[in-house]
Amino acid sequence: MKLAYYPGCSLSSTGIEFGMSAPVLAKALGLELWEIPEWNCCGSSSAHVTDHNLALALPARNLAIAEEAGLDVVVPCAACYARLKAAEAAVRSSRRTKEEIEKIIDRKYEAKITVRSLLDIIYTEIGPAKIREKVLRPLEGLRVAAYYGCLLVRPPKVAQFEDPENPVSMDRLLSAAGAEPVDWGYKTECCGGGHPTISPEFGLKILKPIYEEARYAGADCFVTACPMCFTNLDMRQKEVGKQHGTVYNLPVFYITELLGLALGFEARELGINRHLVNALPLLKHKGLLHPVKGGRE
Amino acid sequence: MKRVGVFICHCGTNIAQTVDCEKVAKMAGGLPQVAFSTDYKYMCSEPGQQVIINAVKEHRLDRVVVASCSPRMHEPTFRKTLEKAGLNPYLLEMANIREQCSWVHQDKEKGTAKAFDLVKMAVAKVLKNEPLSRSSIPIHKRALVIGGGIAGIQAALDIADAGYVVDIVEKEPTIGGRMAQIDKTFPTMDCSACILTPKMVDAASNPNINLLTYCEVEKVDGYVGNFDVTIRHKARSVDMNKCTGCGTCWEKCPTRVASEFDMGLGTRKAIYTPFPQAVPNKPVIDRENCLYFKTGKCGVCQKVCPTGAVDYTQEDRLETVRYGAIVVATGFDLFDESVYGEYGYGRYPDIISGLHFERMINASGPTMGKIKRPSDHTEPKTVVFVKCVGSRDEAKGKPYCSKTCCMYTAKHATLVREKIKDSQAIVFYMDVRTPGKNYDEFYQRAVNEYGVQYVRGRVSKIYQSHGKLIVRGEDTLLGRPVEVEADMVVLATAMVARGDAGELARKLGISYDQHDFFTEAHPKLRPVETHTAGVYLAGTCQGPKDIPDSVAQASAAAAKVCALLSREEMPTEPVVSAVNEAVCSGCGLCISICPYKAIELKTISERVHGKTRERQVASVNTGLCQGCGACTVACRSGALNLKGFTNEQILAEVDALCL
Repeated sequence: MKLAYYPGCSLSSTGIEFGMSAPVLAKALGLELWEIPEWNCCGSSSAHVTDHNLALALPARNLAIAEEAGLDVVVPCAACYARLKAAEAAVRSSRRTKEEIEKIIDRKYEAKITVRSLLDIIYTEIGPAKIREKVLRPLEGLRVAAYYGCLLVRPPKVAQFEDPENPVSMDRLLSAAGAEPVDWGYKTECCGGGHPTISPEFGLKILKPIYEEARYAGADCFVTACPMCFTNLDMRQKEVGKQHGTVYNLPVFYITELLGLALGFEARELGINRHLVNALPLLKHKGLLHPVKGGRE
Repeated sequence: MKRVGVFICHCGTNIAQTVDCEKVAKMAGGLPQVAFSTDYKYMCSEPGQQVIINAVKEHRLDRVVVASCSPRMHEPTFRKTLEKAGLNPYLLEMANIREQCSWVHQDKEKGTAKAFDLVKMAVAKVLKNEPLSRSSIPIHKRALVIGGGIAGIQAALDIADAGYVVDIVEKEPTIGGRMAQIDKTFPTMDCSACILTPKMVDAASNPNINLLTYCEVEKVDGYVGNFDVTIRHKARSVDMNKCTGCGTCWEKCPTRVASEFDMGLGTRKAIYTPFPQAVPNKPVIDRENCLYFKTGKCGVCQKVCPTGAVDYTQEDRLETVRYGAIVVATGFDLFDESVYGEYGYGRYPDIISGLHFERMINASGPTMGKIKRPSDHTEPKTVVFVKCVGSRDEAKGKPYCSKTCCMYTAKHATLVREKIKDSQAIVFYMDVRTPGKNYDEFYQRAVNEYGVQYVRGRVSKIYQSHGKLIVRGEDTLLGRPVEVEADMVVLATAMVARGDAGELARKLGISYDQHDFFTEAHPKLRPVETHTAGVYLAGTCQGPKDIPDSVAQASAAAAKVCALLSREEMPTEPVVSAVNEAVCSGCGLCISICPYKAIELKTISERVHGKTRERQVASVNTGLCQGCGACTVACRSGALNLKGFTNEQILAEVDALCL
């Protein structure tokens, strides 16, 4: 399956682990990724608070290039995904918007191709059964809290993927990889996005129950498919713990990291050694860092 | 030369404010063959009708046009007026200058012009009208009630008391319906079973009532007065004549399955009666779960039955019975709560529906009337009630109000406070709607005397943590979010139509709305009749209702049935299709298009060139034909014509408007 690949900026900066693990996993699953040449920023946060047309035109330019190549677009980052999907929906729903956007980007874009999240592709096109077949290093004993956040499945009419109230795709994929997903109530709660930076008092307050609920549910770690959620949960964990006199010690993983690990890749090539909440001791404790028999080329 | 009279109605100011009635009357006077025209303030009133009668006599009128409201409103009224004036009632035409003119326009000049156009068309049509006469059909004095809930039982009792034979067809093994599942009834708190079960026994012992339980309507043929209904008697696997209802079989049956009657909170056996007060109190075998039917082994019930009533060889049996009238009382289903993923119904066992709660507080229910959390059977201290789950929510559920939830939630909350010491009952609501006799007093008592807490706002999310259900919502009166740690949550789910309502409606030839509730003939003036003569509605199959409303509607439907059955025969509507046999080619296209199955082929013999030959032509059963006109459009040779709406009449109207 060949797809146009839109990495977005996070995947080479704050979310570099996602940027490392996503292509590795995609290749192992038989997905051919064609990186959109000269892709530009999706405009997340800053564009749509500035100008409506700018917020649509920025992602639309990337989509127009993919449309010229005749490929559906796959996006790992949930924030980018939300913006690209919003542009697609806007152009599909109104002829006037389409013409306006085409004028701005000076390209043809008819929204004939479909934007999909990487999670959607792995879950819908590959599926848990295929993953189960390919597992070389089952994630036995690893209790994971699948954290979907707000952007991946919402708004449901735009995202058109999964039950917005009780998504299960990551839980099922992780189950297939041998891990134990926990049942918890904060799967789709907001992580605070940019608030912890702008308004730390408010932002950190939002994060606390997420750690608390995951710990109460007996999770060893979080799994997410969003660089914003990842950064917040990983970077602020120590600070929130300190405020409340506790140490959570809940490493955060990208879904691609854990699936990659299960498929036999080494922690280093997936970026797992780069986390702020050190994930290696947990994996070592669970016996998930041992070399795989036969190994992966 | 025909002599037409035109009568323009003001309908008070309803028409007169947008139409210059006097001017229309004057202009109508100049139309060809119009001998008289006038206007009057209320044409349908007694003096208004007298104006018509006098004019007919004075001006020797032979045809009448009344320009007023919709014919659905007053056509019967004015037909009677014509009869009084000595004219054939079908020499009347109505021009609808109210609903289709004055009510939808503002400009008086244009409104007047349109009203005149409508009158012109009606005059053109009435000139082509022919006198029509009614024939009559015999009435078979036996009624069918479909559905054995409280509405069906009440309708059957009332019809039987008037001396007619009634059959109740009920698909479950017992009558009783939803009301049997309910514990207490608002606003009096009397126990549901105490007022229902005597009625069930009355129905069973009434010599005029036959209970056809575990039966379904398979097919409906015929027409008012003469419905031929095919009923499927599902195989009970128990001989009703031999069984005494002693209960040995279900005591010994080794198979336990979740009880539908107890909403899955309790269990029943594979040979079972749904509940102890079932009528008839004779069991059926659930063949899907019975060991004998699944594996061929077991057979315990047959061995222990003292009267030899268990019969594994029984098969479904079809029976066709003729009825004069049918009452539909098939009740409701509950909205699928799992649509609300944020409420976690189905994921968390302690989130239940209102009907689960009814079974739980019922003294003979699965918990013997104790309120217990399904997860760990402990007594909940904080119970949250969420109203309007599926009701009044166009985004996810139904736009309509389910009418009963405000009251039963107040009842449930009261019962929680009454039965559990130190308990808290919290109700999340949008509005409290209590427009019944003694209803608001009941709600006020829940708040003031029982201390039920009402929070105005919708619940946004429910999840489980630390053994509690965390209910998150908004208090819109305080304007801030609230979070409640609850032990149990009860969802007041919407009433929806039965899943097979559409199918039954098609069998009966009655209409249903966008939510699959059966449609009454008129929302105000004919609330228990359907558009199909002889078929009546009772209870929640027509729309959400509580018990008093269902019972009232059932008695009303019974009164209609009795009025019909009290006659030996009834006149038929002469506005039906007629076949011109000379032109009909017998292609049969009209047969498949007729929604009332009113057309069939018949063989005629005719003489052509001195020889007798036989051929097939369409033949209309005037008892079944509803005058919809579908066949006249389908007929390729133009052999079918609708009396009162002939092609010539319609074309005359078009000519009057366009030429």
